Amino acid sequence: MADVTIRVPSGIAGVDLGEVERTVPADEPPPLPPNDRLSVLGKPTPRLDGRAKVTGAARYTADVRLPGMLFARVVRSTLPHARIRSIDTSAAERAPGVRAVHVVDHLLGGAHLRDPKQEGPATYPVVRYVGQPILAVAAVSAAAADDAARLVRIDYEPLPFVVDVEEARKPGAPLVFPGAADQGGSAGGGGGPAGVPQTGNVRGPARSGPHGSKGLGDVERGFAEADVVVEGTFRTQVQTHSAMETHGVVADWGADGLTVYASTQGTSTVRDEMAEVLDLPKSKVRVLTEFMGGGFGAKFGAGNFGVLAARLSQKAKAPVRLMLDRREEHESVGNRPSSVARIRIGAKKDGTLTAIHFVSYGTAGTGTGAGAGGPAKNLYPCPNVLVEESDVFTNAGPAAAFRAPGHPQGAFGLEQTIDDLAEKLGIDPLALRDRIDVDDPAEAWAAASARRVERRIGAEKIAWSRRRPPASDRGPVKRGIGVAQALWYRFVNLDSACEVRIGRDGSVEVLSAVQDIGGGIRTAMAQVVAEELGIRPQDVVVRIGDTAFPPGPPSGGSVTTGSLTPAVRNAAYRAKQEMLRAAGVPGTASGDDASIRRVAPRMRIEQVSAHAVRGDDYGGFAGEGKRRGMGIGAYGGVQFAEVAVDVETGVVKVERIVAVHDCGRPLNPLAVRSQIHGGVIQGLSYALYENRVLDRASGWMLNANFETYKIAGAREIPSIEVHLIEEYRGRSSTDAGGIGEPSTVATAAAVANAVHNATGVRVRELPMTPERVLTALAPQREAMR
Amino acid sequence: MKTFAWTDPASLGDALALLGPSSIAKAGGVDLMDLLKEHLVAPARLVNLLRVPGLDRIEDRGAQGLRIGPLVTLARIAEDATVAARWRAVAEAAGHAATPQIRNMATIGGNLVQKPRCWYYRLEQFPCLRKGGKECFAREGENAYHAVFANEACCAVHPSSLATPLLALGASVELTSPRGARTVPLENFFVPARELRMRDTLLDADELITAIALPAPAAGSASAYVKQAQKESYDWPLVEVAVAVDRGPTGACTRASVMLGAVAPNPWKARAAEAALVGRPLDEASARDAGKAAVQGATPLRDNGYKLALIEAAVRRAVIAAGEGAR
Repeated sequence: MADVTIRVPSGIAGVDLGEVERTVPADEPPPLPPNDRLSVLGKPTPRLDGRAKVTGAARYTADVRLPGMLFARVVRSTLPHARIRSIDTSAAERAPGVRAVHVVDHLLGGAHLRDPKQEGPATYPVVRYVGQPILAVAAVSAAAADDAARLVRIDYEPLPFVVDVEEARKPGAPLVFPGAADQGGSAGGGGGPAGVPQTGNVRGPARSGPHGSKGLGDVERGFAEADVVVEGTFRTQVQTHSAMETHGVVADWGADGLTVYASTQGTSTVRDEMAEVLDLPKSKVRVLTEFMGGGFGAKFGAGNFGVLAARLSQKAKAPVRLMLDRREEHESVGNRPSSVARIRIGAKKDGTLTAIHFVSYGTAGTGTGAGAGGPAKNLYPCPNVLVEESDVFTNAGPAAAFRAPGHPQGAFGLEQTIDDLAEKLGIDPLALRDRIDVDDPAEAWAAASARRVERRIGAEKIAWSRRRPPASDRGPVKRGIGVAQALWYRFVNLDSACEVRIGRDGSVEVLSAVQDIGGGIRTAMAQVVAEELGIRPQDVVVRIGDTAFPPGPPSGGSVTTGSLTPAVRNAAYRAKQEMLRAAGVPGTASGDDASIRRVAPRMRIEQVSAHAVRGDDYGGFAGEGKRRGMGIGAYGGVQFAEVAVDVETGVVKVERIVAVHDCGRPLNPLAVRSQIHGGVIQGLSYALYENRVLDRASGWMLNANFETYKIAGAREIPSIEVHLIEEYRGRSSTDAGGIGEPSTVATAAAVANAVHNATGVRVRELPMTPERVLTALAPQREAMR
Repeated sequence: MKTFAWTDPASLGDALALLGPSSIAKAGGVDLMDLLKEHLVAPARLVNLLRVPGLDRIEDRGAQGLRIGPLVTLARIAEDATVAARWRAVAEAAGHAATPQIRNMATIGGNLVQKPRCWYYRLEQFPCLRKGGKECFAREGENAYHAVFANEACCAVHPSSLATPLLALGASVELTSPRGARTVPLENFFVPARELRMRDTLLDADELITAIALPAPAAGSASAYVKQAQKESYDWPLVEVAVAVDRGPTGACTRASVMLGAVAPNPWKARAAEAALVGRPLDEASARDAGKAAVQGATPLRDNGYKLALIEAAVRRAVIAAGEGAR
């Protein structure tokens, strides 16, 4: 089919909205006007499943009960590093109610030795962290499984271990892996680059710069040319994902194959990995996720627990439920790596950047992916940029992708250093960003134009003009305002597909394997179909979360809405064409003459259907070499924080956040706002409270619960004001994007900059606990005495 | 958890008869559930007290003071107008503990006999002093939330937020066993820090707390409670302070009781802080001196030295609040 040229909206609504020409395949739907000229899209739309969720009617994986279902309990390592000499499961197998026992033979997740022979022959996977799964027991009740699991005897040969990142870096530290180790990435990002040099536990440095370079320009020359150089070292902690619903599955291995009810961000990715690990054709594995209680990047694969449940089901010939408990969740299925970043920035007197050098290390436990240099590379264009990142292996649970991998930690240091630069230059922090945050002409993916507008809106909402010099308040409570910026990348998943069906009775269904992890794709799909077909969202039946339907994107990297909704719109458009054809109505018909109500009953067949897959971006993908799946324009986002710091107790209270964001064309502002609230709350909780505490002497996580693993509660939540801009770039038939990740990148940095404005001191380590705030304030407190 | 028998006695006598070395009494069950799940206790029998009549009353006995039944929930104490008016620190402590959900379940009796929240204690893996083991793992381990006073043996802090104001206000507990009832000053109820092992109170295996008694406050007296935590929702105190004061006709403080919580294996009496207040008006200057005095004798560990600054601030604030209440 010949391509056609169409004119689509381009620009920011209310600022510079115009049109741009795009050449697209002829079967694409007509251009979609801006939201103010649409009836469904861009209108706040309550979640179709909201009532089911708040009444408890929604069935999550944890709620699945099948006839004859067994309950499984995993037996986990109590040592941080050991070889297993032998395992005695005989008492467990004889215990009342036990139906099957299965021992892990190959470990999923984390890094693996490039050359497994370096470790010598081993009957069982070598234990490298406390909580590593070893085997599982399935029994007729959860209590029976728990009791039986306690009867398993494991004979360990303990090995030297190290859990502290600073100790692990030292020459002569106990080795987590006896040789070089690599980890593959996951669908949600995360994992480090492969083939990086490794010395001891330190894997790196991996050198990189903007535009996929190994470093841009020459940073030393850049610093030599600078009038001013600022630098600082910033530390961030390990954060666990802490989704309300833990990882888990109900696996049912029957004659027709394997059915898995999974709490996952990717029905397709679970299906693929289960098929691979269990050596089954993909068609024999069906994965279902009707409702899902949060993932934040850690829930993509089959998981050791998932494979165990499948094997137990195969052995016991019964469905097996295996949901992790909170301790297992904290210890063994992922976390955000720690980081220690030394940042140097050089600039001319007018603020023009001459060099950015970002050197970091951090630990992803037995995994890789502790890099945090994304913001340093991609937020502010600069002629000389070098990022050097290292992973440090420790005997701790492997990290996993976590909501904007590397970016909250990278922004925490970078945005504070930019504020330091502003202070040193005597320029207002917002004015400096206006000067240096400009679109890089070498990159088609940049978000400076969006952030420029966002800074202006945010400054007005927070009343930036009332910002005072540090420590202006009398009395122990000091208030301050800070700002920080976000960026994230517009990834597109090209396997995103769906089918739209129209029945002769006028009923409409849309089907995709995609899962709704809380972002609201179920409702967005209904909105897109409704807009295209001229009906109401509640008139569309959305069937998702089942690999029996056309493949959906895994929900990671903020890809779901931007990847899937163009396919949904295209399928709806084509289904309507099919309907008109089936009813003998000319394709040129419009208005009521083309309506489903009128036309569907006249179809000569019972049902028409159309299938669509996400294609190339209109205008092609962005970046050098047109990187496949990298959309035009990145995501921005600017957040302002207002804090109150009690300088006598060191307690920081966030009183207000103004979050100004872009996500292309917002489809459901209600859901977008809700997700930004979540990103801000998670970012604030990261800034002030969350912290995995490991016992250095034993490798045990001491706070693997919600009591001492501190998460922001109701009284910690500030006033959160969300302002959305509509940013059209003519990227696809919906021009929509995601918001999950950009919404959490800037929060901790904005809070830290506000703490500095309140008190005049920088807190360079997360979380900003009373202890750390008091330590940072100590010189001042001494002076006041 | 290990399987156990559930019993529902309908009278105090029946409950006492069911108690013994292999039984555990259950009131709200909040702490007990955690202990059972982690296999820190494995009783053959639970004795549910919630059907036992007469143990859930708050009785204002005028000049005889207040008598609180052990099954009264923290939520009811926090909401009780009499408690708030005359024993303010107790009401404030009850109202700031844990979460609304927990306060609706947790009882004052259970609050006083909770086990330590030390994370080493709470993991079955660590055979610490309080579980009959030989060492305190927190001493050289992760101890940011641990004791800064009296931490020579066990470093855990006492978990009861109610004990802090109850001690400041001179409470006693009535203990009943099949052998009869005895009344013990609350300060004697807790095993001294140096001797803390598996047993942490005077309570015998077949004995129950049947009442908590508070003397009537004197004219011109007042109390205040300050909880300093990292978070305001669902968090344990880093430091808490209860102050009770009497004032004479000139306005000067004639008697002061300053109790600190979350800083020692038992609630900690800050005697030097009390001395700094007696004979002086309750003002910014005396409050500041009391705060400074309160940290005397502290022996912080590697990670918890920051608590001293919090103690100073919290004592100062509690003294000023009590002074305002006494006006």
